[in-house]
Amino acid sequence: MEKKLERILKNYVKDECNIISTLQDVQEILGYIPEEAVNVLSKKLDIPTSRLFGIITFYSQFHLKPRGENVITVCRGTACHVNGSERLINRLFLELEIPPGGDTTDDLRFTVEKVNCIGACGIAPAVVLNNKVRGKMTFEKLMREIRNIKAGE
Amino acid sequence: MNKDISIKVCTGTGGIAAGGNEILSEFKKALSSAGIEASFNGNCSVHKVGCRGFCARDLLVDIIINGEKTTYQYVKPDMVARIVSEHIIEGNPVTEWIVGEDYHNFHKKQLRVVLSDCGEIDPEDINSYIKVGGYEAARKALTAMNPEEIVRIIKDSNLRGRGGAGFPTGFKWELTLKSKSDVKYVICNGDEGDPGAFMDRAVMEGDPHSVIEGMIICAKAIGSTLGYIYVRAEYPLAVKRLQMAIDRCCETGFLGKNILGTGFDFHIKIFKGAGAFVCGEATALMRSIEGKRGMPTPKLWHSAIKGLWDKPTVLNNVETLANIPRIILKGADWYRGLGTEKSGGTKIFALTGKVKNTGLIEVPLGISLREIIYDIGGGIEGDRKFKAVQTGGPSGGCIPAEFLDTEVDYEPLAIAGSIMGSGGMIVLDETDCMVNTAKFFLEFTQSESCGKCTPCRIGTKRLLEILERITSGKGKKGDIELLQELSEDIKATSLCGLGMTAPNPVLSTIKYFRNEYEAHIIDKKCPAAVCKDLIKYFILEEVCKGCGACKRVCPADAIRGIKKKPHRIDPALCIKCGTCFYACKFKAVSKS
Repeated sequence: MEKKLERILKNYVKDECNIISTLQDVQEILGYIPEEAVNVLSKKLDIPTSRLFGIITFYSQFHLKPRGENVITVCRGTACHVNGSERLINRLFLELEIPPGGDTTDDLRFTVEKVNCIGACGIAPAVVLNNKVRGKMTFEKLMREIRNIKAGE
Repeated sequence: MNKDISIKVCTGTGGIAAGGNEILSEFKKALSSAGIEASFNGNCSVHKVGCRGFCARDLLVDIIINGEKTTYQYVKPDMVARIVSEHIIEGNPVTEWIVGEDYHNFHKKQLRVVLSDCGEIDPEDINSYIKVGGYEAARKALTAMNPEEIVRIIKDSNLRGRGGAGFPTGFKWELTLKSKSDVKYVICNGDEGDPGAFMDRAVMEGDPHSVIEGMIICAKAIGSTLGYIYVRAEYPLAVKRLQMAIDRCCETGFLGKNILGTGFDFHIKIFKGAGAFVCGEATALMRSIEGKRGMPTPKLWHSAIKGLWDKPTVLNNVETLANIPRIILKGADWYRGLGTEKSGGTKIFALTGKVKNTGLIEVPLGISLREIIYDIGGGIEGDRKFKAVQTGGPSGGCIPAEFLDTEVDYEPLAIAGSIMGSGGMIVLDETDCMVNTAKFFLEFTQSESCGKCTPCRIGTKRLLEILERITSGKGKKGDIELLQELSEDIKATSLCGLGMTAPNPVLSTIKYFRNEYEAHIIDKKCPAAVCKDLIKYFILEEVCKGCGACKRVCPADAIRGIKKKPHRIDPALCIKCGTCFYACKFKAVSKS
């Protein structure tokens, strides 16, 4: 991990405003931000870990726990809400057997998360499946895609 | 073949979701196998274009032959071959796939100023922008105008901040121009966080150069050399296209040192947000760029005096900046003439929810809500009854039917109990519960409250708890009054706009739909049959055909019955997910 972090830090100009983009790069490469990485960053950048954790926990995009190989992001914007996104999420949690309080299956294959609005309101309800936006989503359509993913693995 | 052919394929976020990229390559394939070479500048060209607005009809494709435009809707990859052979080669358009009357009605009352090129030009090609007059305004501002002249035009145009607050843009620029400092900043606020709003995304994805051009003009007006575009992380395509646009500008000399040989320097950096709604607030956004937690700070000074890193800063919304080049070119009188007495120009709205035609629209200020919903939106889906229109996102309110003739402008909407906001316009019908709607927005503001000030952090939590109590059938007498009192306190004492406006959805729904609150609290009923704890699902025996569709989809195994005989829902097992309700083709599943 230290090597990977070194590579990210090579492009880092020591400037306070780069902390967020550095953390974004770390997450991009490691998939999440492990505690160990925060400790390494803190030493290399001479920034207290408390400050780094403060930033990480403030922004919803940063994750301190590993995430599933497949990420299903269900939009919870107003247009999606009135078009049934809540029903979609509830059934998804049920069907994928995601433990209560969590967002990822025990085998780390799927993460289901909510996002406030991805701005695809014209095709609500919208779902982002592994970085691809899908519109006018129904539970059946989504399950078909999930079965395809499971079969392909 | 002596034809001038241009094919435009929508590749905005909505377009890509509908297969825009596949269809684009399908067109290129079909054309080349027909012996037509498709290039960007030849007689036959296939273009990517940005959001067309009418996302519900995606994918939309324009075929322009010798200047004559035909638009196809709901295009799928397997339809491309027929369009190419019949329309492009033989000259007979495929009539059954062409848009109908309603498509044209959607556009009739619109007035596209900011969106005039969005959906027409290729957002990834700077020349496409230059061809329609792009960077002419920047050239004019840099070579033929001084800062005072630019500020005067913007002031005279009556342009007001399109982020929602409506602060006069020219006035903001003037304040910053007069602030003495060696360093000044221009920030474009692309942190479009309101749920149900996607105007800025469409502009950043579909016409990124207009935003950059607006920033260059602003920089010249206030004397800045560095600008930031703060974009939400949830908009990856906007980030990509803006970055491409900035890179092209640096290569062609519209950005960088000595722009257009005028000796003026200006650079733009993109800052990707990391998912925090409060960062749309000016001070929080600046703290975020400074690399801190994005928490608002008390506004002791206007950011025109002390903004980013305590330097004079202009912070404008994406749509505001995209208006600037048009105003510089066409003049203040033209722009002022488009709107109302107090606010010039047009406004883009994201018209969504229960209307027939959902999508992005741009209208002159002063148009009525009724015209937007019924003429442009085509009325309510399924011809159900209109209940309310929600504007301004979580900071706004719900406007009932009796205010449908309200003029769309900052002040009239405020009088009707809502706000203009950034441009979300969600139409609700009789199947939507207003208490649930208020709860939805409070869930949002409560989870997005940054926690710095007590009224917002704890107040919104308490508001939400009361609403949860009411919607689950545990409402008490006096809850409505408690909601109102708490709301007023939060509004009066919060630090930033998030807290000050968070109670608006509660207050406006109580004001206009008090009877729904009372039904929940006193009768323990949800009139719109939405709130889970207050409804039950059942099957109408006389309608049920016994097809078993409901039984098959029920995740809780709560439906019993034998084939061709009426089925029954076991209320003890039913989890009220509503799946059977939507699965039944005969409308035999009912709820009350």
